[in-house]
Amino acid sequence: MTDATCVASLEQAGFSHDGGAHFVFRHVSLTLTRGEFVAVLGPSGVGKSTLLRVLMGLVQPTEGQVGGVACAAGAVASQAPGRRSRAMVFQDARLLPWRSVLRNVEFGLEGLGLNRAERDRRAREALRLVGLEQEGGRWPRRLSGGQRQRVGVARALTVDPDLLLMDEPFGALDAITRTGLQDELRRIWQQTGKTVLFVTHDIEEALRLATRIIVLAGGSPAHIVGEIEPTEAQRNPETQDFAQCAAQLRALIAH
Amino acid sequence: MKERLSSRLRLGLGIFGLAVFFGSWQAAVRLGWLPGNMVPAPLDLGPAWLAEVRGGFWQQAIQDSLGHYCLGLLIGSTLGTGVGLLCGMNRILDSLLEGVVRLLRPVPGLAWVPFAILWFGLSTAGATFVIAISVFWINFYAAYGAVRGVDPEFFELAAAFGHGGFMARLLKVVLPASMPGILAGLRTGLGQGWMSVVAAELFGVPGIGARMMQASSLLATDVVVVYMLTMALLYAITDFLFGFVRGYLLKWQP
Repeated sequence: MTDATCVASLEQAGFSHDGGAHFVFRHVSLTLTRGEFVAVLGPSGVGKSTLLRVLMGLVQPTEGQVGGVACAAGAVASQAPGRRSRAMVFQDARLLPWRSVLRNVEFGLEGLGLNRAERDRRAREALRLVGLEQEGGRWPRRLSGGQRQRVGVARALTVDPDLLLMDEPFGALDAITRTGLQDELRRIWQQTGKTVLFVTHDIEEALRLATRIIVLAGGSPAHIVGEIEPTEAQRNPETQDFAQCAAQLRALIAH
Repeated sequence: MKERLSSRLRLGLGIFGLAVFFGSWQAAVRLGWLPGNMVPAPLDLGPAWLAEVRGGFWQQAIQDSLGHYCLGLLIGSTLGTGVGLLCGMNRILDSLLEGVVRLLRPVPGLAWVPFAILWFGLSTAGATFVIAISVFWINFYAAYGAVRGVDPEFFELAAAFGHGGFMARLLKVVLPASMPGILAGLRTGLGQGWMSVVAAELFGVPGIGARMMQASSLLATDVVVVYMLTMALLYAITDFLFGFVRGYLLKWQP
């Protein structure tokens, strides 16, 4: 199965902490197509973050297959020069406090055979994309929560990944900052054409951002209980369609 | 009640405290409260120091001891930090060495002196060995504790961005993250090193400690105190200089 538009896939994937006695999730199959913005929606603790880490290659699935670019099963790593196939944004930003903002963004570029000037150039470019081109010399502790998360996004974007994985990146932010960053992420996604997998438990956030919403629920083991591709009208929080779609998603989560 | 004093006021108070200390010491000896043949008066220390300088003993002792100190510190700190880092990062190595560490840790530096003489003779190497051992443990535990305290989420971050290998984790996460703890260990070692200099030179390797022992066997208490103060001064200088290194390496900290 070699589909040029496929970026990553799971085939009947399951994950268990105890070697198969209890599964966090099971029988999960999904295919991510180039340019999609997919939200994985589900209640807290259902295993969304674990699913993301399986796709990232940080943990191995207990059963099933993970597919990389072109989605040939098992072919996770396809590394073009100066790039990484996947990059991740963490819920807690996770910046290294001993590195300046610019050096934090360069973290993923190191070890790719780029010289210092080239790394600097790409890191600055990524900082410009998230509106922090002036802050490269600052220490992370001097930044606000929202700015820190922007740096986290810049660090992930700068390695030019085929797939950008985001683990509830705005979950710890206040409502105003969160809405602002959601709009900005949407803009960045449209500008770069990246494939994004975004994990959240916030129904409205999923609706505002995603082109496709996958609902993970059920518990022990969790599985995909439904999938929605919201229309333009359903994505607009002002409309009746938005409220209806949100209610539909809420029902799916409670499944 | 916690008061915040300005740094200038604190410096002034410190100097004042020293002045009171030496003043009352001088008075106590002059007034006969302390027997002059057992405790030298501070004002007698100047001439005693000058005599040591004129004879060239003072400069030579400092030069010799600095050599032992620097070399012992370098070897002990490097090995201690290195082994501590490796044990902190590798569970197998950690378990393997746990028994040995428990066995050797309580042995004081002084207890190694007979072996130092046996293995190295009355030489620079012997003194260096004793200093290195006492400094080793401080740095071992400082580095070990610092590595164990590194937030495991940084390792996940490193793995996510292609730095999951041993060397990448060591250089990009472990070393910078545990730097505050490592430097705290190095700093403690700077002081411990000077204390060990005396022990290391007790058995006759020339230096400040040896000179102190010679003087005390002649009951020249003023000369002993001169070298005590010399050591205190050398420690103050090394600690002061280390402050700059620390400030530079930890400039990211608040």
